[in-house]
Amino acid sequence: MAFGGLKRLALRNKKILPDGVFMKCEGCGAMIVMKETEERGGVCKECNHHFRINARRRIELTLDPGSFQEFFADLQSCDPLKFSGKKPYADRLKDSQSRSGLPEAAVTGLGKIEERELAFGVTDFFFMGGSMGSVVGEKLTRLCELALERRLPCAVVCGSGGGARMDEGMYSLMQMAKTSAAIARLREASLPYIVVLTNSSYGGTMASWASLGDVILAEPRAMLGFTGPRVIKETLKVDLPPGFQEAEFMLRHGLIDMIVPRGKLRETLSRLLVYLTPARAGK
Amino acid sequence: MALQQSGNASYLPFESELQEHDRKIHELEELSRANKMDFSEELRVLRERRGDIVRRTYANLSPWERIQVSRHERRPQARDYLDMIFTDFMELSGDRMFADDMAIVTGLARLGDERVMFVGQHKGRNVRERHLTNAGSPHPEGYRKAMLKMRLAERFGLPVVCLIDTKGAFPGTGAEERGQAAAIAENLRDMSVLRVPVVAAVIGEGGSGGALGIGIGDRLLMMEYAYYSVISPEGCAAILWKSAANAPEAAAALKLTAGDLSEMKIIDEVVKEPAGGAHQDTKAAAEMLKAALLRNLAEIKDQPIDRLLEERYARLRRHGVWLEGAQAGMGAAAGGAGK
Repeated sequence: MAFGGLKRLALRNKKILPDGVFMKCEGCGAMIVMKETEERGGVCKECNHHFRINARRRIELTLDPGSFQEFFADLQSCDPLKFSGKKPYADRLKDSQSRSGLPEAAVTGLGKIEERELAFGVTDFFFMGGSMGSVVGEKLTRLCELALERRLPCAVVCGSGGGARMDEGMYSLMQMAKTSAAIARLREASLPYIVVLTNSSYGGTMASWASLGDVILAEPRAMLGFTGPRVIKETLKVDLPPGFQEAEFMLRHGLIDMIVPRGKLRETLSRLLVYLTPARAGK
Repeated sequence: MALQQSGNASYLPFESELQEHDRKIHELEELSRANKMDFSEELRVLRERRGDIVRRTYANLSPWERIQVSRHERRPQARDYLDMIFTDFMELSGDRMFADDMAIVTGLARLGDERVMFVGQHKGRNVRERHLTNAGSPHPEGYRKAMLKMRLAERFGLPVVCLIDTKGAFPGTGAEERGQAAAIAENLRDMSVLRVPVVAAVIGEGGSGGALGIGIGDRLLMMEYAYYSVISPEGCAAILWKSAANAPEAAAALKLTAGDLSEMKIIDEVVKEPAGGAHQDTKAAAEMLKAALLRNLAEIKDQPIDRLLEERYARLRRHGVWLEGAQAGMGAAAGGAGK
């Protein structure tokens, strides 16, 4: 999708001009040119606000052009619990698929950054909040196993604000265990595993693979944590401090390594991979 | 949860017949005492019928009713089982970093002839305990304490026994500042490669990631009236129907009972409870749990550790249901385990 998720955001915004040329920045409120913002990788030129972008756009911005080779694309979710809230899970899956153009919330495969090969995965917030059911868990586990088999570094970009997907019940929760066990194997083999946290990442994904990076990067002002701010507020009946759970808060509390603006992500990953070389590990 | 008090017992909403019956027994006992009359035969009959009522009431509980049993204020908790099942317990405290989180009890103990590391989530049996344990919702320091003690067990070849009973990891500002998500994640990762046998059992509430954080191992047991869920039924109902009042429907949809999870192959064994749940006869419940823990431990404790770790990985690896390849196109049989 050429718009990388921006179009939908723009359309959702009621103050958008009808021709879709301008959009209102969620960060500063300024009217900004959509096409230009898109070219900047979904970053507002006025305030540096990082809009959410979809998995395809993330891959374009991060990997060497044309280097991404998708793996495990034919995995699809089914509805093992016959789960139904307001709308049956099976229908919600179909809707998400047609709206996002993706079969599931995770895209995984092999790619290159500055000619250096790596296993690369992205979870897409626009597919059910990037939440993790069986397929997301299985794809990320297979990605780790692929990295292990080929002795490659592994990097994953997390946009999983939805945590573990409740529509698949305990199958979803067990994906936390499965992915974490696969990462343990990468670690024992001294292969680097790098996580990039984006807005927003919460819940069961953060309590598993998204927090296990040897190096953890985050985009500016991304909302990150275990329990969402609304639930904390309602449970404890307290006001939360300004900036609570933003990437800068995470950095200050020692929970992530660095904050990397989107425009610098590719370069940062490339530099990290020069240091964290699998071949040199353990020597 | 609305508990109705009568005498010193607590009754769940679906136990009205039992409550009425107990009232009759109580009245007759009082009458007998006050008038020095012998009603022993009548009392014997009434007590016999009580057993029938309990069995009948508990024969067909809905998932939501089971959750109420799992949360029963008189249901035995980790420290109760510690007293009844384990001997020579030496509690070990603290995560050496921040604090001692009382929501997770850790220490050296004997289970039968086995020396083990005990790790258990304890909700608290009274107001004072619940204050100290945050009602059994661990902070990051609780998960880190558990992992530290498990690492100690690893160095001395002690099997680990984990008892799970929590509504969930604590949702608070301090917990977030100290890395609640990372603390749980690291436990999942490190328990998956811990080089000693691990047996875990859900004894009451299995609240999502907060439960899973001490729940990775070689065997996962679940007591008959325990539940284990990706989200609390109340939380699920709030998302789906914007009202916690729909929790009973959510409880049914989430497939969170021991029976459901056994069918889904998420757990290995359902540990039977006495008729009417563990709170009706805590000693019997403890014996049943002890037997199950010992039997499962015996199955794995002498396996070569590398083989055990391969099996542990394979067990975690198979979780999930999906469609793949040609199946995906046809929407045919599901891949993965569990179906």
